[in-house]
Amino acid sequence: MKIHEYQGKQLFAKAGVATPKGIVARTPDEAAAAFTQLGGPIAVVKSQIHAGGRGKGRFKEHPDQPGVKVVKSADEARDHAKRMLGNTLVTIQTGPEGKQVNTIYVEGGLNIARELYLGVVVDREAGSPVVIMSSEGGVEIEHVAKVSPEKILKESFHAGYGLQPYQARRLAYQLGLNGAAVTSAQTFLPKFCKFFVDNDCSMAEVNPLVVTAEGELVALDAKVTFDDNAMFRHKDFAELRDLSEENEFEVRAGNAGLSYVKLDGNIGCLVNGAGLAMSTMDLIKLHGGEPANFLDVGGGANVQQVTEAFSIILADKHVKAVLVNIFGGIMKCDTIVTALLSAYDTVGFTVPLVVRLEGTNVEIARKMLADSGRKIIAATDLTDAAQKVVATLKA
Amino acid sequence: MSILVDKNTRVICQGITGKTGLFHSQQCRAYGTPFFGGVTPGKGGTEVDGFPVFDSVDEAVRKTGANCSLIFVPPGGCGDAILEAAAAGITLIVAITEGVPVLDMVRTADVLATKFPKSRLIGPNCPGIITPGIAKIGIMPGYIHKPGPVGLVSKSGTLTYEAAWQLGNVGLGQSTAIGIGGDPIIGTNFIDALTLFEADPQTEAMLMIGEIGGNAEIKAAEFIKASIKKPVAAFIAGQTAPPGKRMGHAGAIISGGSGTAEEKIAALEAAGVVVSRSPADMGKALVEAIAQKKSK
Repeated sequence: MKIHEYQGKQLFAKAGVATPKGIVARTPDEAAAAFTQLGGPIAVVKSQIHAGGRGKGRFKEHPDQPGVKVVKSADEARDHAKRMLGNTLVTIQTGPEGKQVNTIYVEGGLNIARELYLGVVVDREAGSPVVIMSSEGGVEIEHVAKVSPEKILKESFHAGYGLQPYQARRLAYQLGLNGAAVTSAQTFLPKFCKFFVDNDCSMAEVNPLVVTAEGELVALDAKVTFDDNAMFRHKDFAELRDLSEENEFEVRAGNAGLSYVKLDGNIGCLVNGAGLAMSTMDLIKLHGGEPANFLDVGGGANVQQVTEAFSIILADKHVKAVLVNIFGGIMKCDTIVTALLSAYDTVGFTVPLVVRLEGTNVEIARKMLADSGRKIIAATDLTDAAQKVVATLKA
Repeated sequence: MSILVDKNTRVICQGITGKTGLFHSQQCRAYGTPFFGGVTPGKGGTEVDGFPVFDSVDEAVRKTGANCSLIFVPPGGCGDAILEAAAAGITLIVAITEGVPVLDMVRTADVLATKFPKSRLIGPNCPGIITPGIAKIGIMPGYIHKPGPVGLVSKSGTLTYEAAWQLGNVGLGQSTAIGIGGDPIIGTNFIDALTLFEADPQTEAMLMIGEIGGNAEIKAAEFIKASIKKPVAAFIAGQTAPPGKRMGHAGAIISGGSGTAEEKIAALEAAGVVVSRSPADMGKALVEAIAQKKSK
């Protein structure tokens, strides 16, 4: 689960991680009031969306308006907020459709001496969390990794003991910090790592991490993603979720216990198991089609789940045919067919449906399909299924 | 012969009084797996469908001589269950549970490695392990897997069934099939499984099924090039997966442009592995891998 920058910063502040002073605004007048309240000569007005690249991003409705803007008066803050709120911001990370800005964050200015990169993720190979830092603040870390990998510093830490002060010092010296900045890093970095572990993050990124002229480290940005599997022990995070940032069908699928990802093609697919579902997409592509989605109904697919799965797939207007690929294991094929037929009738199919079944009780299941009287195309194997579903589009 | 599982394997189930745990314990017993009961704290001394229930793994081990545990506890308790099994001296721990928090597995794997090096963990979020005709410790349909010369190792459940079925169609059974799981942090990885298969006299060839996310397949490719003499075929799922999206499995995500199917396929092919582009051709790819080795 992703959260907004301002929410991340509120959680940082709770964990003792330094952030600039900031105020949330949902109207232009609130933005103006925030500027006044912050009391500085300058402030930064920042669009809140779940995507990076906001500073360079522009609005569809106002092609000259950037997603992040430094302002010098309350009036200026109001003007920019007016052009941001309710409008669609397009950045390199949003895709061409962009994302609507519903909230802005007005933040006090800082006396910036240096900009660094800071991120923490779980290193799969090492089996531990790892701090990633670079002297190239404000630049995407993937870009730095490609262009100048020597500038990327990594420091693994123990999830139980946390990042040790000597590790923080090592990073600080490698980054060329000195004096007060090293002392600041020695408290900032361990606190940041503790935040990561305590909140079950799968990623926490601050880009840029600022070193002020006074030698203090301050998180100028906050990009936080939580581990969905750990949300059962952070029930209070549910209120941080912004459903308007998520695909409505992915949300619906999640509520039904399905795993769904929308894609750009026109062949919908319904599969049991994540690996087989990915392979089914690959298979469609290999035979000249384009998959419209990834959908894993899981191991114990019941009538309600299959019905919801079909209605989610068919709600995508691009879908011109559907492929069902089931390898029945413990979940028997005939049980799946019962669910399929019931869902087929409930949903009201208008596009061709190709079904490929294999596994436990497949003979009974195939007979049930053949005798069902519905317009379902049966496939004998994977290749046959892909060829048949692609052929329906050409017919 | 086989790997990890043989006639001396004695299995119990942690979470045996739950619906799923009991169902699969029954299925394993029906397959012929030597199954000796299970553990549910607070229900010790009772019985479910002929299985004795114990309060702790330690007690179960003392009373049944169990050396293998099949775990079905809910995600929040899975790390704890794994460590309880290890502390009780269980040497093969098979965790089926899906949805374990990543940091729980980070801590669990760390304790396993430092305190209990003799315990091997398979999973979590996996279908388990089967040595056809001997023992099934997991949720896979037993009849699909026939005894034979192929070592099968996979991150995915149903795709493994698909592979086993395709192998059956070309007349090849398996020495052992292991589902290593689709999570970012797992107990047994590709290299562990390939090492065991290379040393197993019954195994003549290996089929490896990977997917997008992480670099385990690339590490495996380097390992195969350096240390594996037997023929290897592979399939990588997710050639059409978009970046930044989690494809069902917690570990199946292309992040920062790395972990793509394309780079994994290239690494495996460079290591001399026959990679099937279509999931329909996994069986054929293995036959080809065997033929290639023979002709050399």
